[in-house]
Amino acid sequence: MNIIVCIKQVPDTTDVRINPETNTLVREGVKSIINPFDAYAIEESICLKEKFGGKVIVLTMGPPQAETALREVIALGADEAILVSDRAFAGSDTWATSYALSCAIKKIKDYDLIICGKQASDGDTAQVGPGIAAHLDLPQVTYVKKIEEIKDASGRFERMTEEGFEIIESPLPLLITVVKEINVPRPPSLRGMMRSKKAEIITWNATDIGANPANLGLNGSPTQVVKIFTPSRRKGGKIFNESVDEAVEQIAKELKGLI
Amino acid sequence: MSIKILKDKCKGCMVCVEACPFGVIKIEEKLAIVDLNQCNLCGACKEVCKFDAVVIDKTKIVKNIRDLSVYRGVWVFGEQKKGEIQSVVYELLGKGRELADKLGVELSCVLLGHNIEGKTKDLIAKGADLVYLVDDPALVNFSDEPYTKVLIKLIEKYKPEIVLCGATSIGRSLISRVAVKIYTGLTADCTELNIDKEKRLLLQTRPAFGGNIMATIISPNYRPQMATVRHKVMKQLASDEARSGKVIKESYEEDVLKSRTKLLDIVEEVSSTINIAEADIIVSGGRGLRDPKNFVLVEELAKVLNGAVGASRAAVDAGWMPYSHQVGQTGKTVCPKIYIACGISGQIQHLVGMQSSDTIIAINKDPSAPIFSLATYGIVGDVFEVLPLLTKKFKEVLAK
Repeated sequence: MNIIVCIKQVPDTTDVRINPETNTLVREGVKSIINPFDAYAIEESICLKEKFGGKVIVLTMGPPQAETALREVIALGADEAILVSDRAFAGSDTWATSYALSCAIKKIKDYDLIICGKQASDGDTAQVGPGIAAHLDLPQVTYVKKIEEIKDASGRFERMTEEGFEIIESPLPLLITVVKEINVPRPPSLRGMMRSKKAEIITWNATDIGANPANLGLNGSPTQVVKIFTPSRRKGGKIFNESVDEAVEQIAKELKGLI
Repeated sequence: MSIKILKDKCKGCMVCVEACPFGVIKIEEKLAIVDLNQCNLCGACKEVCKFDAVVIDKTKIVKNIRDLSVYRGVWVFGEQKKGEIQSVVYELLGKGRELADKLGVELSCVLLGHNIEGKTKDLIAKGADLVYLVDDPALVNFSDEPYTKVLIKLIEKYKPEIVLCGATSIGRSLISRVAVKIYTGLTADCTELNIDKEKRLLLQTRPAFGGNIMATIISPNYRPQMATVRHKVMKQLASDEARSGKVIKESYEEDVLKSRTKLLDIVEEVSSTINIAEADIIVSGGRGLRDPKNFVLVEELAKVLNGAVGASRAAVDAGWMPYSHQVGQTGKTVCPKIYIACGISGQIQHLVGMQSSDTIIAINKDPSAPIFSLATYGIVGDVFEVLPLLTKKFKEVLAK
């Protein structure tokens, strides 16, 4: 079974600080990490490989620095890593990103399953996974919290909903997006780390993946950012640090009207 | 489309470096250098530059120019589960009404399902002028492919200029697929929607980087303009049974309605608690509760307030509460009227998931806990002492 895992390198939000004077993000020294949700996609792909054989191909679109993220995934057990990188991709929105990734996947050709994290922690859109499925005209199951079974070119998945979950069956190949509940990611192995240092990272540009230039980057993106601003920060209110009774009394009084 | 720093004007003053929300500008030999691989031409640097050294050219190669003027009207996707309209639909109709009035067009709701014609009057009472109804056994439950194909057919036939959809597990899956297939722009999780009347554009504002910055987004050359909005962000209108509206029925052939995936079962997890995404009041517990059995204190208060139980990531990772209760970056983003954080210190990942709640109450024994920096009311104290007192007090107050 060949599995493609799509990942994204994102800024580590635990590092993000606000400069209280200028009220802007302090990005200096913020390190890049693999999108936390992708860790579950990676782990699931390795588990499936251990069960069914085949290989795991990890794919990302990003600047040349994203190579670091791919090496980390090799250390976790991925077999091949592909970086799709080109200046022409700069400014891609979710339409253009899912288009470029789908072109790369078409080039990979031989796969049974595509796994993505449910969303990326920087953009939070959850649009790229279903977008890739739409470009490739594949069936999709989003918010997968368990793969119940994969058998005879078909899979059975538990899809998380607001009230519980649904059990959905789909033929392979398909695209799934996974949630945190699906597994507990393993740490990299020593052998994996050794391998990741030497592993070849395949790099494809826009021409390599056969993409239509008109559909890439800012040109191919229907959405445009017209304004970026810092929201007014919420300020702390009244702190009670002496009498708990007084605090309880006053809070109950203030909130009564809201309940 | 490009960005240029004019060498003769740039003084290397660093103002743009600080303003860049993506951290892709650096100064080398007193000259700003933009990493073109990562810049998305948002213009934050241009706005702050005192020397007019930043030049941004946003001209696009406009391809397959569509006649945008034929697209008219505002649509709301009428998400239903088990035949019940989801509350986010009414909230979107409230906002949609305002947008449609500004544009001088009709507000429509698209309802897909089976035996649901009875619900059309509720949608009209909540602001819709028109309901597009597709009633078919194949649409009784949500399924990605038939829902996508039907919605695309409707959009192609009736050409709305705006389509709004709830940012739910159904909405996010469906609408992303639709936007790609019809090649149009989609903005997720908008917290504010407005109209640029002159250009007939939908101004879509959404948080990014966990709410640390806000971005306003447009789709000038593509229609419809599509956006998702989370629960509780928009306000619904009061039901007006006297409102009149029209129902347009459509039906489709089997090939439009067929699906490769098959829904085998819907499992509702038995839980005494309310879905946190829709709750008006949430009482959340964290590591400060020290033991899973102490969550009963949180549950008791939630019960008295008729609220839902939330949990921090620490409490979920420790196995004290199921993941579906997790508030924060890797859990759910919530914006209830009242959020009560018990024994939660307030890591940034938790704060981004609850900071837009109307009123925040924090109980923590550490006076320097970050949660106090945004709490409307903070109680510095022992959660085991404070929680039972609060529960008791609210019981008294609410009994009156």
